[in-house]
Amino acid sequence: MARDSVARPRRRPTAFWNDARVRAIFAQLVVLALVLAGAAYLIRNTLLNLERLGVSTGFGFLWTTAGFDISQTLIAYDRTYTYARAFLVGLLNTFYVSLVSIVIATILGFIVGIARLSSNWLVAKVAAAYIEIIRNVPLLLQLIVWYFVVLGGLPAPRNSVVLGEGLYLNVRGLFVPRPVFEPGFEYTLVALGVAVVAVVLLARWARRRFEATGQPFPTFRVGLAILVLLPVATFLLTGRPLTFEYPELGKFRVTGGLVMLPEFLAMVAGLSVYTASFIAEIVRAGIESVSKGQWEAAWSLGLTRGQTLRLIVIPQALRVIIPPQTSQYLNLTKNSSLGVAIGYPDFFNVAGTINNQTGQAVEVIAITMAVYLTLSLLISAFMNWYNRRMALVER
Amino acid sequence: MAVPSQHPAAEVRPPVSERIGPLAWLKHNLFSTWYNSLLTLLVLWLLWATLVPFFEWAVLNASLAGSSKADCPSDGACWALIRIRFHQYLFGLYPVEERWRVLLAFAILVVAMVPLFLPRMPRRISYAIGLILVYPPVAYGLFAGGWFGLEPVETANWGGLFLTLVIAGVGITTSLPLGILLALGRRSSMPVIRSLSVVFIELVRGVPLVTILFMASVMLPLFLPPGVSIDKLLRALVGVSLFSSAYMAEVVRGGLQAIPKGQYEAAQALGLSYWQMMRLVILPQALRLVIPGIVNTFIGLFKDTSLVTIIGLYDLLGMAKLITTDPAWLGRAAESYLFAAFGFWIFCFGMSRYSQYVERKLATGRERD
Repeated sequence: MARDSVARPRRRPTAFWNDARVRAIFAQLVVLALVLAGAAYLIRNTLLNLERLGVSTGFGFLWTTAGFDISQTLIAYDRTYTYARAFLVGLLNTFYVSLVSIVIATILGFIVGIARLSSNWLVAKVAAAYIEIIRNVPLLLQLIVWYFVVLGGLPAPRNSVVLGEGLYLNVRGLFVPRPVFEPGFEYTLVALGVAVVAVVLLARWARRRFEATGQPFPTFRVGLAILVLLPVATFLLTGRPLTFEYPELGKFRVTGGLVMLPEFLAMVAGLSVYTASFIAEIVRAGIESVSKGQWEAAWSLGLTRGQTLRLIVIPQALRVIIPPQTSQYLNLTKNSSLGVAIGYPDFFNVAGTINNQTGQAVEVIAITMAVYLTLSLLISAFMNWYNRRMALVER
Repeated sequence: MAVPSQHPAAEVRPPVSERIGPLAWLKHNLFSTWYNSLLTLLVLWLLWATLVPFFEWAVLNASLAGSSKADCPSDGACWALIRIRFHQYLFGLYPVEERWRVLLAFAILVVAMVPLFLPRMPRRISYAIGLILVYPPVAYGLFAGGWFGLEPVETANWGGLFLTLVIAGVGITTSLPLGILLALGRRSSMPVIRSLSVVFIELVRGVPLVTILFMASVMLPLFLPPGVSIDKLLRALVGVSLFSSAYMAEVVRGGLQAIPKGQYEAAQALGLSYWQMMRLVILPQALRLVIPGIVNTFIGLFKDTSLVTIIGLYDLLGMAKLITTDPAWLGRAAESYLFAAFGFWIFCFGMSRYSQYVERKLATGRERD
């Protein structure tokens, strides 16, 4: 058939205001203009207000003397240090309470999550009740109860609860023995490092041999033995260069030892109990996501129940568990900012004090937001890296 | 449950007497193996050690009668505190003789919401949108007063569960539309709109709510022209709404991503415009998919309203805390907080049950197992 023998309807050019691309550009220009105008208006107002209040802008205040004390400091700090140092102390306190809580929440969450799936009716019900109660009460309320009711109800130092040799719990906090490192202890640390390297090499060798010959090697047991025996042996041979300074009970106060402040204890208890209830549900969903067929296939290959769990189920469950787990860790870290309500000197609390003292609201908020954003971005970068590593490799 | 509890190869069915009846149930569910028996005993002991003292404190030794701390036993709960201050847990410092206005506003809401739950209601969505537009001014008029001869009540006196519900309600009704817009923006093909949405969502989700509330209470007054002041409650509302709309956006985005491309193409082939396509084809399906996620965001929002305590508002938690500082009831903090916790729990647990119900209802249509 000859071309163009059928008269094609002639394409009418679209009017430019009906062209989707032109419209898109126009819409974006309008939105951008509105956002910029709004921002300019807000900035102008802010500058006018700051001028009226007589606040000078800039980050110069960071290098002036802070002049306030912080109750828990992991690095040297007193009121003669600068504001910048105070921020750093607060940040370290945030890291400290978050890390401790994450470890406890993970252990507790896994226990509760597995208990929820237990074939033991009572255990499953108790776990379910724990989850349903804890998850549905605001964290702030729980923190306040831990601090004011539970820890606030503890006895005075002279009637301390004795938890063990040199472990005292009272209204001033938890007192534990302080380790004192004497010269020669560094050999034990070196031994620990050597043991870690040795175990890594051993695991690599065992894996390679297993893949080549199929002969299994008890990596876990041997590795644990190396990890424990080598440092302990070194410690004993170098003459036990570690002593403990025990806290002593006085009438009104406890002297010596290490103290964990009640604010810190309340934060750890509240954060980990609350987050554990979420982790438990994640763990349950992860284990349930592995289909029954996987168990049956493993059994028909002759694997035992333990091997099935370790080699088949947990690796697949972890793929489902890790991403939401990481975002729970992130939530926990952000939730540690609630420490301001019970006086735990975390980053947000210190920032609030600095804002009150200096009136540099804009700068303080900018620093606070930047710090939390950086934390979030770091954690989500880790999550993406892990997801890529663990993602299903389909062949 | 997906995890089989027993090795199937070992399965030999025992006689009937060992399979049914309460003793068989006990053996099977509590004492099936030696470690299960041990676990059962351990849990029973734990429950005994914690629940019995709690029960003694909260019920057996507790007193509901009496009018002051002196009437209460030292080893039991003092529920008289709750009885006497009950109205403050509900209304905060709202003037006693004006409280009918709050109740009236909630009654109007309940009555107005009835048609939404009728099975064959025509134009349900339009009705809901109309309600969202009309109700807030009416409620605000009743709460704040100052017109039609109603006594004005400052927002600083709003409190208790009433304030919690106001903040949660405003947060929920503003975060859903804002969240949908942000989600559409994030999925948009226009780079400017997409990047603005992404920046907003990630910025807000990356920081804790307290910093947002703090920013709202410190920065908002700075943002306004000199001389204009802004109500403390309004600042908190702005903060809460912005915060939850970012989380809502991510939930809605999940739903949008789950809609197959063919749906978009089919809608475009029919000649629908972008907004017609979203309104008539995509969003109804996407939102239905993520109802559980939306309800979970609401639960989170409801719990998060308690954070306004930190910026000095007296919601249910703030009121409970304020009451513990009253010298007349000093040392009775546990009762006050327990009651507030119960209040929060009822609402959150109810919502989570609803979300599970919807999830099951949705699952029946799609899965067959």
